[in-house]
Formats: sequence, C-alpha cells, structure tokens
Amino acid sequence: MILKVNNLNKSFGGKRVLKDISFGLKTGEILAIIGPSGAGKTTLLRCINGLEKADKGTIVIDNIYLCKDQNNKNIPAKSKEMKKIRQKVGMVFQNYNLFPHMTVMENLIEAPINVLGLSKEEALNRAYDLLKNLGMEDKKDAYPFQLSGGQKQRVAIARALCLNPKILSLDEPTSALDPELREGIASIIKKLADKDMGILIISHDMEIVKRVATRIIFMAEGRIIKEATKEDFFNSFEDGRLKSFMVS
Amino acid sequence: MLAYIYTLLPSIFDGLLMTLKVFFVTLILSIPLGVLVSIFRLSKIKVLAKITELYIWVMRGSPLMLQIVFIFFGLPIVGITLDRFTTVIIAFILNYAAYFGEIFRGGIESIDKGQYEAAKVLGLSPYRTFIRIILPQVFKIVLPSIGNEVITLVKDTSLVYIVGLGELLRAGKIASNRDASLVPLALVAVVYLLLTAIFTMVFNKVEKRFSYYE
Ligand SMILES: Nc1ncnc2c1ncn2[C@@H]1O[C@H](COP(=O)(O)OP(=O)(O)OP(=O)(O)O)[C@@H](O)[C@H]1O
Ligand SMILES: [Mg+2]
Repeated sequence: MILKVNNLNKSFGGKRVLKDISFGLKTGEILAIIGPSGAGKTTLLRCINGLEKADKGTIVIDNIYLCKDQNNKNIPAKSKEMKKIRQKVGMVFQNYNLFPHMTVMENLIEAPINVLGLSKEEALNRAYDLLKNLGMEDKKDAYPFQLSGGQKQRVAIARALCLNPKILSLDEPTSALDPELREGIASIIKKLADKDMGILIISHDMEIVKRVATRIIFMAEGRIIKEATKEDFFNSFEDGRLKSFMVS
Repeated sequence: MLAYIYTLLPSIFDGLLMTLKVFFVTLILSIPLGVLVSIFRLSKIKVLAKITELYIWVMRGSPLMLQIVFIFFGLPIVGITLDRFTTVIIAFILNYAAYFGEIFRGGIESIDKGQYEAAKVLGLSPYRTFIRIILPQVFKIVLPSIGNEVITLVKDTSLVYIVGLGELLRAGKIASNRDASLVPLALVAVVYLLLTAIFTMVFNKVEKRFSYYE
C-alpha cells in the first residue's frame, strides 16, 4: 500500500464534508473516485495532498503519516516528513495552475532543481524525456497561454511527474477538454500506472472511468457508498443512487 | 533671449542633478522596502500587520511636506543628526514605501490561490514560492500603478527645497525672482516635462518586456 486512508473526517464550518473515509491504494492501481457534485471528492484529494487539514483520522503515504489522531487531536506531519510526502504525491489540478510567467520547461524544472536538488542539466533532461513521452517536446519553450487545454493538461501532468511521485492524483482531468482530447489523456493515464506508481483520479466522465480505472470508489454526501473493482462495479447497477449518477 | 537662457543653464543643471539624485535614490530604495511593507501588511502576525497599517495610514494620510518637516526638525530633537540630503531622503523613502506597499499588496492579493497551492504540492518553500512564482507575476500587474507613482515622484522631488536643498524648481524660482522673468520657470517646466516623458517611455518599454505572457 502506498496510500492508506483511515476514518478520515473533515468539516467546513460545522458542515461535515468527509465522513469516516477509509480506503487504500496500491502501486499499479488506478483508483477512480466518482460521485455527485458536492460529495467531497475534491476535498478528499486535497487532504491527501496536504492542502486541507483533516479533523480526524489517518493518512499514511508510503509508510509516512501525513496526519494521525493523538490525544483527541489530529496531528499533521512535521515539516521534515511533509517534505518527503510532497515528493511522493503529485497533484494535477482541475484548472492546471501552471505558472503563467514561465515556459513549459521552466514550469517543469523549478521543483526538481529546488526540491530534489538536481542540476539544471539533469532537470532539463528529465523534463524533456517526460515531454517527449507526452508528445509535447516541441512546446517546451511555449508559455502556458499559448497552449490548448489538452496541452496544458499534459504539462500539468508532466510537472507532477518530474518529482517521480509514488501517487499521482488528478482532479477531473478531462472535464475541461473536448471529447476528442479526452481519449488522449485517458491513454496517457493508463500508461502511467506501473510498478512504481498508483493513480487517484476524480472523474465525472464514465467513459474515461470505464477505460482507465482498475478500482472504483463511489462517494455521496461525504461517505464512500461503494468500493469495488471496475468489473464488479459496472456489474452491479442495482443501487438506485449509482444508477441515477451514471445516467446523469 | 537664447543668450539669456544660456546663462541660466548652469544653475538649472545643478538643480536637475539634485532632482535626479533624490528621484533615483528614493525609487531604488523604496521599491524593495515597499515589497517588505506589503509582506508585513499581509502578515499573519496581527501586531505586525496592524503596525504596518498604521504606518501606511500616517504616510498616505498626511502631506509629504509635513513629514519632511517633522523628520528634519524631529530627528535632531531625539539626538539624531544627519545631513540634509539623508534626512530628506529618509522622509521620501518612508513615504513612497507606504504607497508602493499598498500597490504591491493589491498585486499580491490578486494572484490566484491556485498558484500558491501548485507551488506547495511541488514542495517549494514559502520563500521560494514568493520570489519565483508570486513576485514576478505581481510586478507585471502593478507596473502601471508604479509608473503613476514614478511620475508623481518626479514632481514631488521639488519638496526638498523645504530643507534648503537646491533642486530644479528652486533654481528656476531664484533666477525668476532675480531677473523678474518667467523664462527660467518656463525652462524648468520644459525640463520636468522632458523628465516625465522619458520616464513614461522607459515604463512603456518595461511593460512591453513583461508582456511576453498573458
Ligand atoms: N474551502 C471550503 N470551505 C467551505 N466549504 C467547502 C470548501 N471546500 C468545499 N466545501 C464544501 O464541501 C463540500 C464538498 O466539496 P467538494 O469540492 O469536495 O465536492 P466534489 O465532490 O469535488 O464536487 P464536484 O463534483 O462538484 O467537484 C461542498 O458542499 C462544498 O461546498
Ligand atoms: Mg470537485
């Protein structure tokens, strides 16, 4: 297990957004988190990325605690551990959040140089290889505003991958893309999960989920309603809530 | 006429030198200080933020002329004696840093929080994030406002006459009184206009430089 979430709870101003969430992720897996709007999917991903502080419960990433309960309080990782965790989890934001004043290449090498301590040469090589894999090497000197949505998405993925994370998390990676582009991102995501990395993906796009996921979590109102392998999941439509979500 | 103007040039030129000196020293020191002011103003440390707010209020809420007078006559009272130029420059820097501070604060607040989050998940330190990710974007945003302040500063430099320093306007006034003529003042006006034209041009160039991205 590279990720273990146990009894995670999170409220915003009294409103419970995550209720006793527990699940795990192994390398090689692509775990899709689906569910209606407001279910808490993004909040869950943000907790795992240390962007949101949990109220209760544990998150363990590659055997390091991101947070745990102690004396009725939820204790976040110390900054030294946090630093390690940051390298292990990559995040692709729904709106990409690329740095607009930097070229694609500059976006990619900033963290490897400053966080991993790579030389500029090494960072450039690593970034170039990634861009090449994603078919983006000819855009390396472009600025984000010069890229299409699909291209920005790829740069965002490449930027997260530059730190060699164990977990790649993506929030609705295809929601802003034209249907023709979705296929491309799907095949990229599918190729990424391997013996070294697991993937968490939030999506409303059932076609994509069907294509890439190995396991599926269905969330509603802050709870995990169903967790199953993809095959089991799509074979069990009896749950009315699932069905209505699928149709919408 | 031309001969008369010619006789004015040396004193006007001396005045111009002082004006430029005040201008550049103020600009170069108050911009970085302004960044610092904006950081303090946005600090999570409440006391620091409040004190900075008070400082900004005093600096922006009272005439620069008064501030110069207070610092010029006030510092010796508390036992600090500096030469006139240093004193007046301190007043200018304190005043302009407050204005720049508010401009930078506006710029910093306008940066999308997604930029901080992206930097955070990449593991960049807060310092690194500010210097490499936030500040460059802020500079682009605030450049037009900074440009306005710079033009104001060119004209404000004339206030150093209060402490008896001879700058451009004073040089013109002395000649004008002495010769009972408006020509020296007209000449001074032309020099100011030239200065502001040049700085406006420079700023347009800088803005172009920053337009490499959207
Ligand atoms: N920073 C916040 N402050 C207050 N409430 C929040 C905050 N972030 C999220 N929420 C609330 O938490 C709930 C879950 O939000 P979240 O964004 O996690 O849902 P989601 O499942 O990602 O929905 P969507 O599919 O629409 O993206 C919502 O009711 C939302 O209004
Ligand atoms: Mg969401």
